This record gives sequence, structure tokens and C-alpha cells, in this order.
Amino acid sequence: MRYHTPENFEDASAIAAGADGVTRFLAGGTDVLVQLRSDMVTPDDLIDIKHIAGVHDITPLRDGSWRIGAAVTGAEMSENALLGQAWPGVVEAMDLIGSTQVQGRATLAGNLCNGSPAADSVPAMIAAGATVSVIGPDGSREIAVADVPTGPGKTALKKGEVVTAVNLPPRGHGGGDAYLRFIPRTEMDIAVVGCAVSLTRDGDTITAARVSLGAVAPTALLVEDAAKALIGSALDDAALEALAKAAEAACKPIDDKRGTIRFRTHVAGVLAKRAARIAYDRAGGAK
Amino acid sequence: MAFDETKTEGFKVVGTRPNRPDGIDKVTGRARFGADATAPGMLHGVIVRSPHAHARILKIDTSEAEAMKGVHAVVTRADFATGLTGENWNILENVMAGETALYDGHAVVAIAATSSLAARDAAKAIVVDYEVLPHVTDVDKAMAEGAPVIREGAADKSVPAGLHPNVVRYHESGHGDVETGFAEADLVIEDSFRTEATHQGYIEPHACLAQLGNDGRGEIWCCTQGHWNVQKVCAALLGIETSKLRVTASEIGGGFGGKTAVFIEPVALALSLKANRPVKIVMTRSECFRATGPTSSTSMDVKIGMKKDGTITAAKGVFRLQGGAFPGAPMEFTAMCAFAPYNLANVSQIGFDVMSNRPKQAAYRAPGSPMAAFAVESVIDELCEQLGLDRIETRLKNASKEGTKASFGPTWDRIGLVECLEAAKAHPHYTAPLKPGQGRGISCGFWFNHGGETAVQMALSEDGTVQLSVGTPDIGGSRASMAQMAAEELGIPYENVRTTIADTATLGYNEISHGSRVTYASGLATIEAARDTIRKLCKRAAAKWGIDEEAVSWVDGCAVPSGPNAGDFDPLPIARIAKSMGRTGGPIVGHYEATPEGAGVSFATHIVDAEVDPETGSTRVVRYTVVQDAGKAIHPTYVEGQYQGGAAQGIGWALNEEYIYGADGRLQNAGFLDYRIPVASDLPMIDTVIVEVPNPGHPYGVRGVGETSICPPLAAIANAVSAAAGVRLHELPMSPPRILAALEKQAAG
Ligand SMILES: Cc1cc2nc3c(=O)[nH]c(=O)nc-3n(C[C@H](O)[C@H](O)[C@H](O)COP(=O)(O)OP(=O)(O)OC[C@H]3O[C@@H](n4cnc5c(N)ncnc54)[C@H](O)[C@@H]3O)c2cc1C
Repeated sequence: MRYHTPENFEDASAIAAGADGVTRFLAGGTDVLVQLRSDMVTPDDLIDIKHIAGVHDITPLRDGSWRIGAAVTGAEMSENALLGQAWPGVVEAMDLIGSTQVQGRATLAGNLCNGSPAADSVPAMIAAGATVSVIGPDGSREIAVADVPTGPGKTALKKGEVVTAVNLPPRGHGGGDAYLRFIPRTEMDIAVVGCAVSLTRDGDTITAARVSLGAVAPTALLVEDAAKALIGSALDDAALEALAKAAEAACKPIDDKRGTIRFRTHVAGVLAKRAARIAYDRAGGAK
Repeated sequence: MAFDETKTEGFKVVGTRPNRPDGIDKVTGRARFGADATAPGMLHGVIVRSPHAHARILKIDTSEAEAMKGVHAVVTRADFATGLTGENWNILENVMAGETALYDGHAVVAIAATSSLAARDAAKAIVVDYEVLPHVTDVDKAMAEGAPVIREGAADKSVPAGLHPNVVRYHESGHGDVETGFAEADLVIEDSFRTEATHQGYIEPHACLAQLGNDGRGEIWCCTQGHWNVQKVCAALLGIETSKLRVTASEIGGGFGGKTAVFIEPVALALSLKANRPVKIVMTRSECFRATGPTSSTSMDVKIGMKKDGTITAAKGVFRLQGGAFPGAPMEFTAMCAFAPYNLANVSQIGFDVMSNRPKQAAYRAPGSPMAAFAVESVIDELCEQLGLDRIETRLKNASKEGTKASFGPTWDRIGLVECLEAAKAHPHYTAPLKPGQGRGISCGFWFNHGGETAVQMALSEDGTVQLSVGTPDIGGSRASMAQMAAEELGIPYENVRTTIADTATLGYNEISHGSRVTYASGLATIEAARDTIRKLCKRAAAKWGIDEEAVSWVDGCAVPSGPNAGDFDPLPIARIAKSMGRTGGPIVGHYEATPEGAGVSFATHIVDAEVDPETGSTRVVRYTVVQDAGKAIHPTYVEGQYQGGAAQGIGWALNEEYIYGADGRLQNAGFLDYRIPVASDLPMIDTVIVEVPNPGHPYGVRGVGETSICPPLAAIANAVSAAAGVRLHELPMSPPRILAALEKQAAG
């Protein structure tokens, strides 16, 4: 195994592009090292991106958007009060990952690029309308987070492409987001269902919404019908019921050791309603 | 040695809460656990395990692996003793498969190399050809017609004719006539229950360092609950004499019964013998799940008749336990514990020990009892509900007490069930208001407790401090309790006693630390060894004073003349006698060896409040109180720790822990991610009440406490969850999908 510590993303990308064995980027390592130790993935080239300038920065931009470096940890996000005010749902989703120790290492980019359908921060990023900046052999591009996962363990990133940062759009006035997951225990568990809702209010009326579900399909889903159920409503019971129905209808889960199809589908509807209420309250200025 | 009424009052050290002697070592990382041992030239062993639930082993090709760098030895079944019979054969067959792999994770071949990485890589290069056979992992399916036979001829004489060959042992007990009893009842409820296998979940995986030379002499360092057992079993499996092996028990990171069995030590010895080097084996967590003993899974039918006033008229239980690919599922304990809390005129209990393609079950805290309580106490709860009866009053009305006949035969001696129920009734928890969505459950539980072969030695140092050697690995703070009992008898400070877990060469045979026996049996032996030491001390004082030995008493750490007639001498402190012992007759050492048989049984009553989210089936245990009879709590903090630990493990078993097998018979959740033991935030603070009804069989009245604490939780939590959800749960674990399904089924009518 070769361990690399490139000093810029161009080099990181070049190493990956030129490697012909199993290649992994190393951000927090909380997936990579676990997979290595359990004999699931033994990389030939391990490319540590933590030595690249700027990867640890959380940067609020002038237009109200945010740039989160590829090695920013969950703990660093939780410590950033302004980020928490703008995107509490994204921060709480990242904060749910693992334990205190894991929080000191785990990153948004790693959670996304690991490709797990149950990754907690991914629905929150999708609902928020986040994108990732990518550098690859063909130059740089920006991809919607919703388009990155393509299946369990698979992403749309091409050989040699590396995520340099996660971008969150400006929150704007009257916005709020929330993420909830269902796990059988209280922590240290994998989402059986995850749901994120991000919405904008004008007075009591919802003017824009995005709803995303995790762990109920091969990739996290952006559920347009669920968003439609919310837009134009004041989150009355009928809207919530329509939201739950749309969320349930979008589910394409599997029966496995973590939950049944029936259970996951039902709970997706329940969580959608609960997350929508929290997002709605946050958008209305409730803390 | 009987309970000493005179000794229950005025304790100076017993009943206090000093720090445990191993505490600093453990919190500073100085303590040496199984995997902490190293030796010059040490190799690392890795075991290759069957990926199939049931498969004939056609060929094992190790040629590529053996050619790899650093590889020193490979062993298969051919490298172990032949001609074994009975349980030794079963253990060997489990430690290393013979012709057939009997479960996913069954050891097939092992390899030793200079590093664990080299050993792991080499293990991957071993090719095993299998012929996959049909398998069965479910208890009911395993005893049904047409089920694949795990091993022909494994059944013993107890099994009635006509049963499937996978039923290997049968138990029947009880008294009276249950049919007459049911006819007398105002309400009879019969229900069926199932529980899944759970793992002991100790934090430290099995680990050992073993050395066996061509002269047939060897040593083992390992984490175990019983090193004399390791010595005996390993000697048998390697075909050498017992005394050729010396076994030292390391510090132990939890056992809960799971480290009463032998798994890797014989393999390390066999590798060592071949390589002529010490070999260390450390299991991974996944190996612990796949190849070390979980509990049995169960399928149970319970029928109970009750009068309107709460009197139980008859009770019947059928208990089917799946114990993996070997005989031994503790179904007779399940049957015997099931109705033990109740004084019944008519009772019948039947047990089946069923083999399946799963790992050999191992003891887990009160083996067999918690499941029985789940079934029985659920039905009692239903009866109370339908008859509008108070749950504690009803249990009190039927409670076993001194002089009543136990459901499994004997007449009870002094026992503390009524005292537990009264204490539970008086506890503010029992009458505290519940919030909407919450339910309360209670349950009783019973465990026998055990005595067993025990040897203890107490050596006096020249400064009057004491070195106490016991042979029971300390799995629950027992070194502190032993030091307290020794200090109490000798009249010296707790700090002046150092308790060591001695190796097999130092003491006579000590049975495993199991059956909640340590504080009872090693404690009793410690008290006796102290009394032996005192006799020797008094003898030295008598010689010095020139008076009869009988004229010397021991008071507060000093020899004193027994009375005015004995003469007028100043008290002679232990330190002064010790200082001169080399000149007055040599070292002073007290000892005691026996198989004490007066382990008092223990009962408990638990109260649980649970909250169920009806939309997701998610459950939270919001309040928990354990009431249990300890006989006499030597170190109350460690007694409370046992109570809380039993409740915590019970919460996991009841709500989320389970062995999940795929259709291919492979274990799907061999890790702590998907085998969900409770994390700290899942648990409420667990309140404890220590009831003390002295055990007539121990000088201070001690009863074992480690196991009874896990007997009531499954039932108490099931009763609480059923009350909160408004629907009766019959199957463990009560995971959210299962609760939601039960709610949906009820809503659908
Ligand atoms: C104890 C424990 C608990 C956990 N709990 C949760 C949980 O509750 N919820 C959850 O969703 N996850 C959980 N995880 C999984 C893991 O912590 C998260 O997925 C985490 O966000 C991964 O981030 P990382 O920085 O550690 O990624 P790494 O392990 O460093 O990388 C993960 C993957 O992403 C790729 N990668 C990393 N950075 C980049 C980049 N910049 N560009 C392209 N590819 C990249 C790597 O090649 C690798 O394939 C848990 C893990 C552990 C060990």
C-alpha cells in the first residue's frame, strides 16, 4: 500500500488518475480505515487530502452561501454558530454521525463519497440544494449532491476526480431545514430511514420546499411530489398527510437485517411529517 | 459451614464500600488482559472458519499458505487427540471441525505466522473445498419432520421415541395434576412465546498465549472464567497429562458465562507444538459472534389457570431450546426456573434440547432462566389484567416461601421472594404516575446459585499483612469482597489484604467463576482460611505465653488471653506474631478446600416503565428498579453493579439484541453495528434495592447475586411495553418493526 500526502488537489487528482489498483482518498478515514481493518477494501494507493491548504476551512461567502472544505469535520461544523443558524438541518445531520471520537474525524465529503444509501448528511445536503466542487483530470466542475450517489458504494465521480469542497446555497429570509433519522437505539447506529426537509416561508405559507429521503432506496432520493405537497400550504394536516403519502410512495426499500420494507415505508412518512414541522418552525424563527 | 447468627452484626469491613484493588490498574491501562501477553519468538495464530452453515469438508489445501513468508505451522483436526468421548469430544469437535462444518464460523484449519498480518494473509491463501449440505437454524424447524439431521445418534436416553434426531435431551418435572388444576380455575390462559439467541457481548474478545514443547510441558495465559477448566480440557484435547500444563488467568474484560467455555487455547497449543514457538491467538469481534457461545433461542408454550382471587390453580410449560450444533441447551434450567417463584399445587414442565446449525450455545448469566420468566410472567400479567388484579398482590398471594414445595421438587429453605415483592410494593416507583404512552411492567425471577470445588490459601507476610490467593477469576469485583471478608475475620484493615487470582500450579482445583458462586464459595473458603490462619496465630501466642492454645482468643487483629483464668498478657498484634514467625515455627499459612453445597437461591422483582412511540414502534425504558435478595451484601456497590448490569443486559435482550440468520444460514450481524447492545444513552439510571434475607449456608449469609439480576428483565420489559403499546408482545426482541407490526395487526382487528 502506498500512502500519499499531496499538497494540492491537482496532485491528488493526478495520483488517483495515474493509479491502477484500488484507490481511496483519505479524509477522516472513518469509513476507509474501518473497511481496511475488516478486510473489505484494501487500497493500493491511499491519498490523504488533509495536507492540502484550505481543506479545513468553513467559509461564509458574500452572497450568503457557504463553502465547506473537504476535510472539515462534524465537530468543526457544530462549533460554527453562524453555519448552525443558516443550515441547522445539515449541521444536525452531520452531528448524528458516530460518537465524539468519530465527530473529530468524519467529513461531509467522505460521507457522500463513501456512497452509503444510509449516509446521514446526504439527504440533508440534497434538501439544502448543496453542490460539490470537483477537480479531475479534465479540470474542475460543480455537481449537485443529489447527482453524486449512483448506487450503493457508487458515485458519479470519474477516475481521478476528487471533491474539494461542499457548497451550500444562501439560506435567504424565512428559510429552515431539518433532518431526522430512525435508528433502533439512541446513537451509534445506521439510519433505517432518514428524512430531510428544507423549506422557505412567506408568513405562514410555504413558498419553496425540498424533501429528501435516505436509506429507503439504492441512493438518497429527492422527492419532488413531497415538496409539491408542502408548497403553497401552511403545513396544515392535509398537507402533512399528502407529504407522508408522497414520501411513502417514493420509497423503494429492501427487507434486511435493519428493517422491513413495510416498516421503512411507513416510518419514511412519519419522519417526513416530523421533519417538516421542525423545518417550518425554524423557518418561522423558532429556535 | 452454616450461617453464623452471631456474625451478622457489628461488621466493621463487610458492608462498606472500599475501592476495588484492581481499579487503578484498570483505569490507567496497567491491567494485563488476554491480548496483552507477549513472549520471545511469539507467533500469531489465525483460524480459518467455515462460511457455510452445514458442509462436508472435502479437502483442505494449505500448500500455498505454507509456502508464504513467515508461516510456521498449520493445524487441522488431525493434530488433536483421538478417541475422545462425551463432552470432551463435543468440545474438540467445536474447537476444530472434523469431517463436517456444522455452522457458519466453525473452525476448520488454523495457521501461525510471525505477524498477525502475515497470518491473516496466509489464512486467505488456504483453500477449503466444501460440499454444502442442507441446514436448519430455527428451533421449531429443527425439530420438525424432514429437518436436516445435524448428527445422527446424538440423542441421549432421556428422549422419548418418535422425536426428530435433533432433539437430543428431554426433561420433565412437576407435581400434582395440572388438568384437575385447570378445571378449578376461573380463567385459563395459554400462549406461545419466542426469544432469539443473544450474545454475552463481553468487551474483551477471547485471547490467549500458549506454549507447548516437545517434552509435553506447556503454559497458557488466557482470559477465562475458569483456568483449571482450561487446563483440564486442553490437556484432554491435546492428549497430555493435566499437570503438564500451567494456566494463568489474565484480567478479564467481561465474561457473563461466555468465558466458561474453551475455544482457542487448544488451537494455540497445537500450533505451538508444531512450530516449537509460543503462539498467540486473539479473536476478532466477528469471530466472537460467529463461533463463541450465544444463548439458546427458544420457543415456549405456557398455560396457567387462576381463580378470581388470584390463586394460581395450575401451571404448565413446554420449553424448546436450540443450543447450536451440540447437545447442552440448558432447557432443564428453563423448565426448573419457570415456575420457581410460585407455590403451586399442580405444575408440569417439559424441556427439549434441540440441535441446529448454529454455534454451540454457552452459558449466559442464569442460563435458560430469563426466557422462562418472559413466558411465565407474561401470562401471569395477562391473567392479572383480565381478572382486574394487582400484579404484586397476586404474586405475593402465590409466592414461594420457606417450607413450600418448589416447582422442581425440593422444599424451600429460607428464601427472600416475599421480602422482594414487599420491598417492590413499598418502593415509590410502583405507584408513581405514568405519562401518556408509557406502561409499567413487573416480573419476578429466580436463579439457583452454585457452590462448587473451591480452594483458597492465605499467607501471612512478616509485617502482618496478608496475601490471599483464590482460584476464581474476578469477573465482578470479587477481589474486593474477598479482601473484605479476610479483613473482617482477621480484624485488620482492608488495605492490608492483597487478593490474587492464583494460577493452576498454586492451588487445588477451583471450579469456574460461574453459577454466581464466587462471593459465596470463595468467600466462604476465605473466611475458613482466615479462621485457620487465626488458629495458627493463636498457637504462636499460646507458645509465647506458655498457656494452652484453647486459652487464646483472637480479637481485633490481636491474640488475647480468653479470660482472666488464662493469665494476664498484653494483646499480641498480628504484626508482632508475623515478625517473629520465622523463629517461632516458620511461615504462617491458612488454607481451606471444600465443595460447599449451601449456595442459597436468589429471587428478584423488577419494576420497569417503558414508553412506546406508536408511529414508529420505538421503545425507551424510562425508569427501572431492581429489587433483589443478596443474602448479605459484602460490598454493596458491587452488588448494585451486578443488579444494574443484569438489568442493562436484559434491556438489550428484550429490545434489540438478536442473532439474525439469512436464508443461507449465515449470521448476518456479526458485529456491534448490527448486533445492538444498548449504548449508555439507551439506558435510564437503574435504581437498586438490596434485600438481605441471610443464606443459611454461608457464615455471613451471602447469596450469589450475579445471575438472578438478568432473570426478570425480559418479562418485566415485555409487560411494560405491552402495557404502553396496548398490545401483547410474544416475541423477543421487541424491535421497532415487530412492535409496529403488532400495532398494525391489532388495528386491522
Ligand atoms: C463508529 C462509527 C459510527 C458511524 N456512524 C455513522 C452514522 O451515524 N451515520 C453515517 O452516515 N455514517 C456513519 N459512519 C460512517 C462514517 O463516519 C461517515 O460516512 C463519515 O462521514 C465518513 O467521512 P470520512 O471523512 O471519515 O471519510 P473517509 O473514510 O476518509 O472516506 C470515505 C470515502 O469517501 C472517499 N472520499 C473521502 N474524501 C473524498 C474527497 N474529498 N473526494 C472524493 N472522495 C473522497 C474515500 O475515498 C472513501 O471512499 C460511522 C462510522 C463509524 C466508524
